[in-house]
Amino acid sequence: MATRAEIDMRTRLQNWLPKLVLSPSLGMIFVFVYGFILFTVYVSFTDSRILPFVDKNGQTTYELIGFTNYEKLFKLSHWDIAVWNMAVFAGLYIIICTLIGLLLAILLDQKIRGEGLIRPIFLYPMALSFIVTGTAWKWMLDPGIGFENIMQSWGWVSFSFDWIKNRDFALYTVVLAAVWQSSGFTMAMFLAGLRGIDTEILKAAQMDGASNWNLYRRIIIPQLRPAFLSAFVILAHLAIKTFDLVIAMTGGGPGRATELPATFMYSYTFSRNQMGIGAASAVIMLMTIAAIMIPYLYSELKERKQ
Amino acid sequence: MSVASQDSGMRQGRVARVFIYLVLLLFGLFYLLPLYVMGVNSFKPLSEITGGGMMALPEVWTVEPWLKAWSTAQIGVEPTGLRPYFWNSISMVVPAVAISTVLGALNGYVLTKWRFRGDTILFGLMLFACFIPFQIVLIPMAAVLGTLGLAGTTAGLVLVHLVYGIGFSTLYFRNYYAVFPTELVRAAQIDGAGFFRIFWRILLPSSGPISVVCIIWQFTNIWNDFLFGASFASGGGAPMTVALNNLVQSSTGVKEYNVHFAGAILAALPTLLVYIVAGRYFVRGLMAGSVKG
Repeated sequence: MATRAEIDMRTRLQNWLPKLVLSPSLGMIFVFVYGFILFTVYVSFTDSRILPFVDKNGQTTYELIGFTNYEKLFKLSHWDIAVWNMAVFAGLYIIICTLIGLLLAILLDQKIRGEGLIRPIFLYPMALSFIVTGTAWKWMLDPGIGFENIMQSWGWVSFSFDWIKNRDFALYTVVLAAVWQSSGFTMAMFLAGLRGIDTEILKAAQMDGASNWNLYRRIIIPQLRPAFLSAFVILAHLAIKTFDLVIAMTGGGPGRATELPATFMYSYTFSRNQMGIGAASAVIMLMTIAAIMIPYLYSELKERKQ
Repeated sequence: MSVASQDSGMRQGRVARVFIYLVLLLFGLFYLLPLYVMGVNSFKPLSEITGGGMMALPEVWTVEPWLKAWSTAQIGVEPTGLRPYFWNSISMVVPAVAISTVLGALNGYVLTKWRFRGDTILFGLMLFACFIPFQIVLIPMAAVLGTLGLAGTTAGLVLVHLVYGIGFSTLYFRNYYAVFPTELVRAAQIDGAGFFRIFWRILLPSSGPISVVCIIWQFTNIWNDFLFGASFASGGGAPMTVALNNLVQSSTGVKEYNVHFAGAILAALPTLLVYIVAGRYFVRGLMAGSVKG
């Protein structure tokens, strides 16, 4: 027979066990996510140039310099270009993905024969690495061997398509490849939303003689609000993180035509030895994403509580 | 309604349907185009590509580009092909996926069936960690990996992917277990079953679908990662994506597009296979990834 004290111990252990199981993960998240965020914020207030922070004599290799890195960052035309490019890229990427995604979802929702075959074709790009996508589009758009060369070899000698090498248009080629990769996934989100709509309402509206166009405009699309919101949040977050695709397609060029905050941060931190400025740019990126994600996650969690 | 107008209505309907199929077909071609281009050109001699035949099927079929991409192509300074990097990626992905999935399952179990004060806030903090731009952790992570002697190693990358994978795996299992009947857990508790016993006997047996989703999601994300690989393991310990990028960007010698395409397919093959085999679960996983409970 277990003594009373033993039973007490066991109950107490059972009470603590769940928290004990959760704690390694929480510990890792606190150190590697939130601790590291604080660390990067700290680095952004220093004149650090390269790792390590402490030299072999035990001396620190940096000094605190306040907001100087942020002042420098906002004066850099390089950063200006990266931010402006991001605005153009994210705007086009989000809008085009949403439009294509919605269109394809509505079309696929018309009792299409072979939907099971079509859907995976629209979705498979999501399974690929951006480096693979970037490599494929880089060479397809390359004037030397890609579409330009193909059209010319088919007899259209004056055909010209050199956007990827052209400062004014290179960014749009990145948009094209990014849309190729993500629009099918956006379609899946809208399709799930469409399939969740109550068919009774639709039948009633149809009985009242509503045209298809009005049905979508007045009833169905307004009901897709949550899907629009999810799509926006996920696409915006993907856009701000875009890095691999640019590296694979253009390397940020020609010139700085496709430079984005993520590539800016990487090059200032790891190749230009301006780690303080790199850290400051990372902090700005985090704040931008937080401004989008925190209200969204907050409302999601609150909704679920009810 | 007169017969004539009914007829025209039907014709209109038919035209609309043809139009719908046409649009779907065009988009299908758009999505398949890069796969087609990579596929056909990886079996061509280089001269056929540079001669303007990128869209054509190979005139001479050859597996030479594949062999070269796999075992002899110049990656960085070494002519090793992509093979060693493929194995780097495998040995990085397997432990990272396994551990993050197990931890995610346990976390989801605690957060739904053993709730305590403040658990929603803790979950919120884990959830936000899924969405941070990883640039914010690159500098301290590089410093820590350097201090631990893990810079440039597969073990270092496993640690990185494990840490940043836990948020998503927890999210999946939490959402899944949230709708699992809590009464079953309470009943087992009254019968005297402990924490692990309940997990093992009651929740785990019905966790098949969500485990598949979580494993596919983690596998795809970790295999496809480039940022961490490029930042922390750019040399011999590099994963497949970094090696592929090195192969394609290499500025020395002739650009061997056919080898690049074969390499790109090699890098895409594991995730594509997973997608083909378990695509339906993958789609469901993506939906759950959109933070819908």
